[in-house]
Amino acid sequence: MKFDFNGKNVLVTGAAQGIGRSIALTLASCGANIAIIDMNVEGAGETKAEIEKSGGKSMVFKADVSKLEMVQEVIAEVEASWGSIDILVNNAGIVSPKPFLETTQEEWDKIMAVNLKGVYNTCFAALPGMIGRKYGKIVNIASIAGKKGGGFFGNTIYGTSKAGVIALTKGIAREAGPYGINANAICPGPIETNMLSGCSKENRERILQGVPLKKFGQPQDIANMVLFLASDFASHVTGEITDVDGGIMRDN
Amino acid sequence: MNGPAVIDLSGKIVVVTGASRGIGRAIVESFCESGATCVILDILEEAGRQTAMELNAQGKKVDFLPLDVSDHSDVKKAFTEIFSKYGRVDVLVNDAGVTLPTPFAECDENDWERVIGINLKGCFNTCNAVFPEMIKNGSGKIINIASIAGKLGGGFRGTAIYAASKAGVIGLTKGLAREGGPSGINANAVCPGVISTVMGNSIPEEQKKLIIEGTPLKRYGEPREIADVVVFLASDMAGHVTGEIFDVDGGIVRD
Repeated sequence: MKFDFNGKNVLVTGAAQGIGRSIALTLASCGANIAIIDMNVEGAGETKAEIEKSGGKSMVFKADVSKLEMVQEVIAEVEASWGSIDILVNNAGIVSPKPFLETTQEEWDKIMAVNLKGVYNTCFAALPGMIGRKYGKIVNIASIAGKKGGGFFGNTIYGTSKAGVIALTKGIAREAGPYGINANAICPGPIETNMLSGCSKENRERILQGVPLKKFGQPQDIANMVLFLASDFASHVTGEITDVDGGIMRDN
Repeated sequence: MNGPAVIDLSGKIVVVTGASRGIGRAIVESFCESGATCVILDILEEAGRQTAMELNAQGKKVDFLPLDVSDHSDVKKAFTEIFSKYGRVDVLVNDAGVTLPTPFAECDENDWERVIGINLKGCFNTCNAVFPEMIKNGSGKIINIASIAGKLGGGFRGTAIYAASKAGVIGLTKGLAREGGPSGINANAVCPGVISTVMGNSIPEEQKKLIIEGTPLKRYGEPREIADVVVFLASDMAGHVTGEIFDVDGGIVRD
């Protein structure tokens, strides 16, 4: 089974570091052209440079995913330069570790704006083109926090935003399916990224007790699932919420 | 950055039950294309031999053993034979299954014993035969073909008993994921929606229309679309995926 994305144009949000960078590099290694939206242009530039060093094509846009107009401009520009967006990967997100009663309205607004409205914005802007071409793959990075109401890192607000992403994904799968568009979400469990590095040794061990595979995931584990869901090998998979969590959830 | 992603299963020993035709056969073909050696276990002796012969003629490494998966001691014997011939089993795919279109009010105990015996106990039997070896090896992949009927309580083709058997397969898979995880074993299930096979095509025409209406992708799935998901789940690319119940249904369930 060989993953060939030659000629496919991909937009990844939040690809300056961590999971998003791994997704971008993995898709690029299989031939895809990668457009990146991120506020961290320095990190995104490093991702782009790495793609270009291996002979790939990449563009970086500094934009706030929570602002629809900015997102629409970016998507119009990618479509004008490359002709299409075939694959959209929504990975941009922020966390908050605070207990619910210590959060502020501003934090609620900010987390919802980036994690949930950000996904709405890119889908809203990219779907008309996909529907017109009758081809498109949308992969949203949600979280098991969206099923459990937070827990390990995310708090209640974070979990709520990710639950929204899950429902949004299902709705798009339902509405865009007749046009040959697949929309799926991935729910990572705890992954070895910067988010985890602040975790005490004691906490890490406590978390691992509840993980059947007794290990944390790597960004590459998530990137591999994105690769699969974005490929035509997963052509009959849509509206699926896929956990990549070492077996923590074991739900539907 | 690494090279392009390729799933190469050369040297892997893959056992697939119910693989003489339909989804099971497509699973074997997909594994063979990734270089694996496959053993087909099927009660349909003639069809099984025929499939193995056809695939061998294409240069694929496929073996066949006739087997009723519902018979615990026969399953044990078959796996003893497989272990002695191939040394190990890297991947076990449980696809063998029967449907039952009978409304529940008309079902009797024999229906229950037959469907549960093949669909659920068959799965237990094969898993029971490979699990100790996989634990010893510190690795192994189990992929069980359940059904969206196991989530919806049947409906399209399966009825209550069929649904119960497939819900059982889902529970078994999660238990194996939980218990096998610390030993490096991944256990996942795939829930096909309606697939173009002898089973899927036997649905009455007007019911087919209703099914398509409720399917966002507005079509049946193809056996190959199940097979490719199974091969991905059996690969190291899905090394952190376990206890996952993966719908391949064109968006019907969305749970």
